[in-house]
Amino acid sequence: MIKRWFFGVALLGLTGLAHAAYDVQQLMADLAQNKGGRVRFVEKRFVALLDKPLLASGEMSYTPPDRLEKHTLLPKPETMVLDGDRLILERDKRRMTINLASRPEALAFIDSIRSTLSGNRRSLEQNYALQLSGDSRQWVLVLVPSEQGIAALLQRITVSGTQSQVRKIEYLQTDGDRSELTIEPIEAQ
Amino acid sequence: MSSALRVLGLWLLAMAAGAAVVWNSHFSADMSFFLPSKPSAEQKVLVGQLKDGTVSRLLMVAIEGGDAVARAKVSRALRSQLASQPGFVSVQNGEAEGLGAERDFLVRYRYQLSPAVTPERFTVEGLRAAVGDAIDTLASPVGMLFKPYLTRDPTGELLAVLDQLNPGDQPETRAGVWASRDGERAMLLLQTRALGSDTDGQEAAIAQVKDTFVRVAGEAGVSGLTLSLSGPGQFAVKSRATIKAEVSRLFLLSSLGIVVVLLAVYRSGRLLALSLLPVASGALAGVVVVSLVHGTVFGITVGFGSALIGEAVDYAIYFFVQSGRQGLKSWREVFWPTIRLGVLTSALGFGALLFSGFPGLAQLGLYALSGVVTAALVTRFVLPTLAGGHARVPVPGRFVNGLFTVLGQAHRLRLPVALLALAACVFLFVERDGLWDSNLSALSTVNEVDAANDGRLRSDLGAPDARYMVTVTAPDQESALQAAERAGERLDRLVADGRIGGYDSPARFLPSVQRQTARLASLPSASELQTRVSQALSDSPLSAGKLGGFIEDVEAARRGGVLQRKNLDGTDLALAVDSLLSQGPDGWNAMLPLRPSSEARDGELPVEQVRAALAGSGAVFVDMKSEFDTLYQGYLSEAVSLSLAGLVAIVGLLAFSLRSARRLARVLLTLVLTVAIVIAGLHLIGERLHLLHLVGMLLIVAVGSNYALFFDRAAGGEPLDAEILLSMAVAALTTTIGFGALALSSVPVLNAVGVTVGPGALLAILLSAVLVYPARAR
Repeated sequence: MIKRWFFGVALLGLTGLAHAAYDVQQLMADLAQNKGGRVRFVEKRFVALLDKPLLASGEMSYTPPDRLEKHTLLPKPETMVLDGDRLILERDKRRMTINLASRPEALAFIDSIRSTLSGNRRSLEQNYALQLSGDSRQWVLVLVPSEQGIAALLQRITVSGTQSQVRKIEYLQTDGDRSELTIEPIEAQ
Repeated sequence: MSSALRVLGLWLLAMAAGAAVVWNSHFSADMSFFLPSKPSAEQKVLVGQLKDGTVSRLLMVAIEGGDAVARAKVSRALRSQLASQPGFVSVQNGEAEGLGAERDFLVRYRYQLSPAVTPERFTVEGLRAAVGDAIDTLASPVGMLFKPYLTRDPTGELLAVLDQLNPGDQPETRAGVWASRDGERAMLLLQTRALGSDTDGQEAAIAQVKDTFVRVAGEAGVSGLTLSLSGPGQFAVKSRATIKAEVSRLFLLSSLGIVVVLLAVYRSGRLLALSLLPVASGALAGVVVVSLVHGTVFGITVGFGSALIGEAVDYAIYFFVQSGRQGLKSWREVFWPTIRLGVLTSALGFGALLFSGFPGLAQLGLYALSGVVTAALVTRFVLPTLAGGHARVPVPGRFVNGLFTVLGQAHRLRLPVALLALAACVFLFVERDGLWDSNLSALSTVNEVDAANDGRLRSDLGAPDARYMVTVTAPDQESALQAAERAGERLDRLVADGRIGGYDSPARFLPSVQRQTARLASLPSASELQTRVSQALSDSPLSAGKLGGFIEDVEAARRGGVLQRKNLDGTDLALAVDSLLSQGPDGWNAMLPLRPSSEARDGELPVEQVRAALAGSGAVFVDMKSEFDTLYQGYLSEAVSLSLAGLVAIVGLLAFSLRSARRLARVLLTLVLTVAIVIAGLHLIGERLHLLHLVGMLLIVAVGSNYALFFDRAAGGEPLDAEILLSMAVAALTTTIGFGALALSSVPVLNAVGVTVGPGALLAILLSAVLVYPARAR
């Protein structure tokens, strides 16, 4: 009897452990499962200077391991492509290519989203301290910059999602301005 | 004896005067050797850029070895040390803090500089649109950088100014400083204060970079790092060093060779010394005349002196060997005319070059012409007096008898020689398309390793090669800037159509007063602006109440007036403006370097479209590369006509003195076949012919005709005696040594003449023996 009870506790304990052990490692493994694809996004920016938040929306697509495209459709068409170390911006028929290897802090900032999408823990931990809460159905990952260049711009990034799907990314800047990026997958056709 | 003393005195006096001129001469080893003496408008741009342009003052530096952190540390230390030196106008290594002064300047003068400032932009409607755009920018990825300026610059003029400065390709960065593409080297880009044409200044700057590198690497406690450096200044310094070293080496080599030959023949130190007298006089006279006529003597010209030694020593040899037995009087009557004819043909050969627009070639011609003529005159008038009656060359014995035996049989080789010549001609005909190198760089002293290193550093840094330029000239600075703005408007259309990637203009950072005044006049007064802003932003997320700084700044700009050149001082932009806007002898000149669009193949621009777009604007479009090609083609075709003219003159002279079509034909045939065989041989060993080979061919004819003439005398019935044969053999040998020494030179100009004339002189005497010397002369 005692033996069975003990076994039951052990079992409980084990499942409890298993539950608590939805750790960064697993999340990253889950995220890495994501084979990419297109999502719809809505971005809200809260800027202290402005009386109203700024809204932008469009589509993003991610191709593992390192290509991220963000096509803003509203209020004004704009394209941002992050490919390897290159960031290409297109706006008003102007095209600007920025080599991010030259600006490690900018790369780390923009790369946070790509590394999260690809489940690249090592890349994230180079620049951020990671804190995970929740379980695989509903998780929240907080990235606190550990690198000074990023910490000067950014207080933290909060990423939340379900399983391998990122749903929301919030940036909180050091001056208190913040932006929320809400993501809605477009079903594969 | 007193007459000998007088002659000696006069000669010494002339030499002393010559030495004084040489002492005060200016020697140069820079590019101007190759640059046209009468440039066209486009070539002026080319020359100006090569001598003094910004690009000519760039030095690219790479630090290799160690790890990225060590390289970055040394790169930072090097930058901070060099930036404080007066020898450098700018030292960049990609460190971010270098840009503070520029940003402050652009913010401060944004209303004078922004092309977007128009009266419409400051109407209610215009403000609404501009502020709306700025807010959109805030939401974009660059928004973070722009946010601090929003309330003072809600119309986004700073962005409009920055938008023009398309940075093109940025170098890679490692550990905070510029790095090569592969990240294995730290890179710096320096601009020297010394002009590109100031080789001493460039040498000092390069030495300073190297010394400072060693010092800072030592102070940083970093070892195992190496510095490599390239740029036009480095090439100039290196090529000058090469030419300097070679001039003395070539002189030594050819003098040594000739001295050995002469000693073997004369067996007398006194005769040797006397023989060198005309040569020394000739070499000195050459430099003196060039210095007096051109003002500057090129190092390469002096290097050519080694060939002159070989040529000019001939006259003394003829004199000593031939006058020995026959006596002075008889020599003057019998042989001097033949020698004089030889001197004249050489003089015609060199003289043809005088008319070249290629200054280097004109100098070589003048130098050799005055040298040869002086040497001949000294031989004729000074040498006999100085030598007195004691000039006796040992009677040639077995050696010359042997030569005679050979010479007597030489005609038997006519068939093989004819076959060889035929083969050479056929070979040349078949290969005629691949003979010539159509590139001016064939003449450049820059070797392939250095050129490859330069190309690597350039692509790592994305440094401009400034191939395409638009230039405008005007009587004063203001009108030059206005002209640059007008040309810029036409170029803007090409940029908008994607025909070109972009362009730089001095008017970017220093717009004309006219334009600045128009911009400032577009700005409303503070109260008016306040009213309009309130109306424009009535339902904007940005409330008008936050824009006090904007109203203040606009008012300050209105009162501040136009931006002057001196306001740029202390920023790198001053350098940018100065390098693009300069005062020359013809007035003010503005340069607008063009960038190809990123899609362009091999970085080429649609030249015709650019020309068409600029047509009628007074602006001159220059493609440096094609200018160079055109320049070289011009030199080449000119050299062809000059060589032909020289040839015609020589043929005329020979015809006049030989007075026999048959004899003339035989001499000419010999010379033409000599040239054909030499050229075929050069092509066979892989030598690509250029301009100087062509000159070499002319010199083969000029020099080789001397030998043909002596054999021709024998063919004409006058017996050829042992002395003449000996003197010819020795003369041909010394000429071959003199020119042959040049073949060892790494300076392409000298090398080409050497490899052509050296073998050519030897072959000329051999072929003369076979083809001109009669079958039964003895």
